[in-house]
Amino acid sequence: MQAHDYIELVKNKEINIEQIITALFNKIDQADKDLGAFLLLDREGALLQARELDKRVKKNDIPPLVGLPVAINDNICTQGIETTAASRMLKGFIPPYDATVVKKIKDAGGIIIGKTNVAEFGIGSSSENSSYKVTVNPWDKTRVSGGSSGGSAAAIAANEALIALGDDSWSSGILSASFCGINGFRPTNGLISRYGVISHTSSLNEVEIFAKGIKDIALLMNTICGFDHFDSISKNANTPDFLSFCYDGIKDLVFGIPKEYFDYNLDLGIEEKIRESINIISSLGGKIEEISLPNLPYALSTYSIIATAEASSNLARYDGVQYGLREESDDLEEMYFKSRGNGFGSEVKRTIILGNYFLSSNYYDEYYLKAHRVKTLILNDFQNAFQKCDILIGPTSPLLPPRIAENNDKNESIQSPNAFTVAVSLAGLPALNIKCGAASLNNLPIGLQIIGHHFEEEKVLRVAYNLQKNLTI
Amino acid sequence: MIKKYITENEIENLTKLSKITLSETEKEIFLIKLNDSINQYAKLKELNTEGVPATFHLEDSTQHFHEDIVKPSLPQNVVIGMTKYNENGYFRVPGILP
Repeated sequence: MQAHDYIELVKNKEINIEQIITALFNKIDQADKDLGAFLLLDREGALLQARELDKRVKKNDIPPLVGLPVAINDNICTQGIETTAASRMLKGFIPPYDATVVKKIKDAGGIIIGKTNVAEFGIGSSSENSSYKVTVNPWDKTRVSGGSSGGSAAAIAANEALIALGDDSWSSGILSASFCGINGFRPTNGLISRYGVISHTSSLNEVEIFAKGIKDIALLMNTICGFDHFDSISKNANTPDFLSFCYDGIKDLVFGIPKEYFDYNLDLGIEEKIRESINIISSLGGKIEEISLPNLPYALSTYSIIATAEASSNLARYDGVQYGLREESDDLEEMYFKSRGNGFGSEVKRTIILGNYFLSSNYYDEYYLKAHRVKTLILNDFQNAFQKCDILIGPTSPLLPPRIAENNDKNESIQSPNAFTVAVSLAGLPALNIKCGAASLNNLPIGLQIIGHHFEEEKVLRVAYNLQKNLTI
Repeated sequence: MIKKYITENEIENLTKLSKITLSETEKEIFLIKLNDSINQYAKLKELNTEGVPATFHLEDSTQHFHEDIVKPSLPQNVVIGMTKYNENGYFRVPGILP
């Protein structure tokens, strides 16, 4: 069942919210033993809210997300519910406030059912980097579910929630959606408030939405978008009705196919399925143009320098003083060193150290400044592309989901799973993954990435809606 | 060929800057991994960026100003209560002055 269908059933009083939420927790109890998507379930809070909403429905007081079960990535603050960012550093941290997105969902009648697993502080392309557990891929439990937001994507794929939120810095949410065979949407920077998101890289972090239907994404966008003065990049503009973008027809659009995507050594079956999707676009009347993103091969290094530098600064706040892990010591400096040394996992420590290297006066110009100049070149590539076309299309990842333990070795290689998503993050563009097929050899999902120009969510959602209707998977 | 950008001495300095303790095993592993990473990122040097402006913010940043009105904030006891190391409404830390 998709989220918008569920809400219609509740509105029509055909189902009881408490019964549905109870059944969902029973399902999670069974399915999540192997999957590991959730770090925490808020059974008591969710059922209390479900009973209150059932009473409101009886009185015809029906909020827009009435009774919708939503999973929240553990990098997003939830008032009164432990939020650890999957780090030992924040074990036991109970936020005293809700992130803006969480507050908006609760105010609209959505039910927060629990917190999903994530790479520690969102660092890494796999939830293997969580301090607590590995979330496996629902299609093949020997493989990764992606990341950082692998828990949220796996929960949707395994029907453990109808909507989930993730956080994203290198479009890794889009990647997780691809690996798990679901929809994942990262809107233009500034559309969704990031207040209350535990960010490791402030210029790149975004909130992402995971769902099975395009209308479900639009439905949630209607609730969580909007200006928030607590987020310095929040866009002060009217929020459109995103559901109105889900209509038939793409004949007016020109689709750019970046040729560089196909220079990579794509895993078997990916190119075939992407070409099939391009043929469907053609058959629906979309015009196809080959375009070039010449600086795409430099995106990963650019991202890594910027993200590690920002992480070394952002994560400096975890010092054991105000919240989180504190290791005992009579000496203040020693307390900092021990708390951070024992609280952070290996990948996070490596990131902080590397970031401090790039920010050192000797290397600032050579790496940090250089990366921001290359970021300009990458942005220019996209600006040039969008002068010729409305939407860019290509594989979300050059890889099918790697096996557990193989993934981390690939992160920084040419064949990184994020090779095609990271440039989109650097440019702050809206992008959406849909499943466009499965590899014939092992039935693993293959994701298609739909990229739009800044604030052209209308085109991205419309294309995704039309493609999903016409793909035969 | 892998170039050694970070030496044993330099990693000591970087861990001090980062205020992080590392075990000896971690230091050995990190030396390899960090140098691998920097060798990979050095790829950017291939690109001529002379005269290219740096993009630190995607849009011209707009400062959001607030009315100068006192609004409710989180209660002090709630904020202080996030750690067990508190005393008389303050966060308690080890002595700073010798």
